This record gives sequence, C-alpha cells and structure tokens, in this order.
Amino acid sequence: MAISKPLSALSNGRLETARLLHETPLLRAMALTKRYGRIAAVEDVSLEVYAGEVLGIVGESGSGKSTVLRLLNLEELPDAGEYQLDLPDYTDENLFELDRFARREVAALHIGMVYQNPHLGLRMRYTSSGNVAERLLMTGEREYAVLRQVARESLSASEFPLDRMDDPPRVLSGGMQQRVQLAKAIALRPRILLLDEPTTGLDVSVQAAVLDTLKRLQRDLRLAMILVSHDLGVIRTLADRVMVMRGGRVIEMGLTDQVLDDPQHAYTQQLVHAKL
Amino acid sequence: MILLDVQHFTKQFYVHHLGRAIPSFYDLSFTLDEGQFLLVTGANGVGKSTLLRCLYRTYLPSSGSAIYHSQHGPIDLAHAADVDVMLLRREELGFVTQFLRPRPRVSALDLVAEPLLISGTPLDDARAAAEELLSDFGVRPELWAAYPSTFSGGEQQRVNLARALIAPRRLLLLDEPTASLDAAARASLTRRLAELKTLGVTMIGVFHYPQEIQALVDGEIVLQGEAILDVAN
Repeated sequence: MAISKPLSALSNGRLETARLLHETPLLRAMALTKRYGRIAAVEDVSLEVYAGEVLGIVGESGSGKSTVLRLLNLEELPDAGEYQLDLPDYTDENLFELDRFARREVAALHIGMVYQNPHLGLRMRYTSSGNVAERLLMTGEREYAVLRQVARESLSASEFPLDRMDDPPRVLSGGMQQRVQLAKAIALRPRILLLDEPTTGLDVSVQAAVLDTLKRLQRDLRLAMILVSHDLGVIRTLADRVMVMRGGRVIEMGLTDQVLDDPQHAYTQQLVHAKL
Repeated sequence: MILLDVQHFTKQFYVHHLGRAIPSFYDLSFTLDEGQFLLVTGANGVGKSTLLRCLYRTYLPSSGSAIYHSQHGPIDLAHAADVDVMLLRREELGFVTQFLRPRPRVSALDLVAEPLLISGTPLDDARAAAEELLSDFGVRPELWAAYPSTFSGGEQQRVNLARALIAPRRLLLLDEPTASLDAAARASLTRRLAELKTLGVTMIGVFHYPQEIQALVDGEIVLQGEAILDVAN
C-alpha cells in the first residue's frame, strides 16, 4: 500500500520542503484522525521524524498528544490516516493495514515505549531484569544466559544500578522504575522510542538525571524519539523540533528554539508565556 | 566568493494579546564574502541580536531572503525546511550567545565536548579538544568536571564560548560574546576569533566593546530602526 499523499500538510505554508537533507524520514504519519464517539481526539495530524531526531509534542491535557503516541505505538487504530516506517521489510507499507499479529511484531521489534505511569509499562511484581527480558521472550529467545545478558546490558545502558536488577519495580523509586521501563523499551534496540511524560512526577534532581540518560542514549544509539511533555523545560532540553497541539490538531510546528522563543500562533504565545 | 546574500530582510513580532506587530529591523540588504567579518552596530533595541537570531532561525524572519551558500548548495535561510536548518547547525552554522543554559548534571567538559560528539567525533578526542579550549579561555582544570549551573556568570560565559567555538563552522554568529567577560578572557576570545578568521571562517557579530575586535572587521552595518545605514567596507 503505497503512500501517495503530498507532504504539504507538514509545512506551515511558508517553509520549503527539505532540500539539503537527502534522507528518507524514519517515521512518517499522514493525516491521522481518531474519534472516540463524537469527539475527535486527533484530527488530521501529520508528522515526520528522521533517524537520530527528537520531536517534542506539547499541548494541554486533552489536546490529543497521548493519543498520537498510542496510534504510533500501534496500540490503537485510527479512523483515518497512514503510517509508514522506513524499515527493510515494511517500506511503503501502511502499518495500520497490517493484520494484528504483524502490527504487534512491528511494535515489539522496532518501537520502544515509556509511559508516564510505570504500571502501564511494567509488571510490578516481576523482577526488573525479568521485565526487560520479557521483550526478548516475545521474539522467541529462550536461552537464560542470553536473556540475562541482554537485561544486564539494557539496564546498564539506562544507568540502572545492577545490584538491584532482581528487585521488582514495586519496591523501587519512581526514577528507578522509569529506568527499568527505558531498559525494557531499548532491549531489542528499536529505531524509535516513544515517551509519554517520562519524567513527570519525579523530583527535579531525579528528572535531570533521567533526562541526561535519555540524551546520551539517543545520541549513542541514534534513536529517533517522540517525546510528549507539558514541561517546556524538558522539551527544550531534549527536542530538536516541536509540534504544538490543541483540540486534536497541530497548530504550530518548528525548531524547538524557534517555537519557544518566537512562537507564531496565539495559543503557543500564551503557552510559552504562561511558563513561570 | 559570496557566502551570504541578504535581501529585503525584515522582522516584526506579531504579539497576539496586544493585537499588533512590534517592528524590529526592516528591509535590510547586504552581502558577505567568505572569510569576512561583519560588525553590526546600532542603538539598543534596534534589532542587532534579532538579525543574528533570524539568520540562525531561532526567530522566523517576516519577509525577505537570506541565501546562504552551504557546502550542500545554496539555500534561503528564511524559508529553509527545519530539518535543513538542523543540518546546517550541525555542520556549518554556529551561534555564540551571551548566556549559557546549563543542563543539570552535565559537566563543563561534557557540555563543551557535546557539539563534537554530535558530529561524530570519538569521545576521547572530543574531550581532549574541550580541555584545550577550556584552558585557553582560562577555566581552571578543577572546574572541568563540575556542573556549570553552580558557576559564576563569567565562568559560565567562558564555558559557553568554548562550547560554541569548539566545532569547525563556516559561518559564526556572535551575539555580544564578550558581555560579561574580564579583560583577560576578552583577549583570549579576540585571539581565538583572529585564528578562526585566518582559517577562513566568516563571522557576523554584535560587540559590546567593538574596539577590541576592530582589527578583524571588514565591514559594518549600522541598524537605525526603520532606516538602515549601510557603511560596508
């Protein structure tokens, strides 16, 4: 299923399409619409993310940003829209049209997700290492030594203290739980990491440490990230580009410093100036 | 060879809650050859920093064009796609601001080395280059592993200069880089800029003490509100 729609929906009408960067976007979503009953949670949202790039999504509660992440994580299907990842077996394929087994496989192998609420991403009573190894079990890996080794490497990459790798998440602090989620998300070395308010609710110092880990991982693994946050400080620290959402729609998109320092839309100006 | 051709460049900020546009610079045109140093002068609030930020695309220009001859071909900075601007920032465009935005839990050394890491330099080489530059700018070695959020204003500024000047750039935008520096640090910055100039780096700068870099200047534009006096060369 080839994607044929032009990308004009992505530019804000004034900017050109890419001319110097000769790369295919890793992720391309076109005209996503998702309704719950009569409410359109997401309406006509299009975005592109390149390898190694961080796209931030900001907007108030109910703006549709978390719904966009769930669609991109193939947890839900949209009412309309196309979704393409530049992966060897799936080039030009609209992922929403795959059967559910294939969708699950794409999500497991190529997309990592970190939720604000660790209960959504982790089994709180399993060991932390077991939570991470579970990702490999999904791919059919059964060898204990391999599972153990990958869990160790992933936990270490997300700067989790290895002497606690067999503690269950329920006895860990919030910051530690997010590191276990992160280790689980990167266990299969995905190309894309989706983060839904990953540091919200953490102490400021813990938040800084987790952000630092994310930044290092993103650079070392050349991960593409989509980061949903209402915290403009977090967005400024991590995101290369920002998409501003309101009422399910994208109202502004641009370089992070441009959107935060020279916001164009009335709503974005209000959002930026509301920051303490 | 022309590196930058700016035509009818204009910036105004539309402030929605006021319902009106606040003008900055207006209808600015100039060209800049490769390797030249252009000084931007004018009274406070006349748009000197705004001009630099529009060229770096931190601000979105309102109209006009700024054709930059990149190594990948010519491109209009006023209309280039965001991802193209990101590519230029990674490889060719540098911005030196007055203020450092330190990141929590990142050491001075790593902050300075980061631009090199992003462009693919191995960690050890990047750190070695960062050490050299930090010591050039007079940041004491015992501070290198510390977090700049705890530094004094002047120390933060030196770290910031080292970070902004570490990676090779073709066009450097200098926004009052000397603002909070003492005389010794200003002298090391001037030396560094002279060195970059001999390497062929093109620069556009706003300076608090323009007399200190006068020897490097090839041309000057004077911003005067709505009317711009151009006294290049």
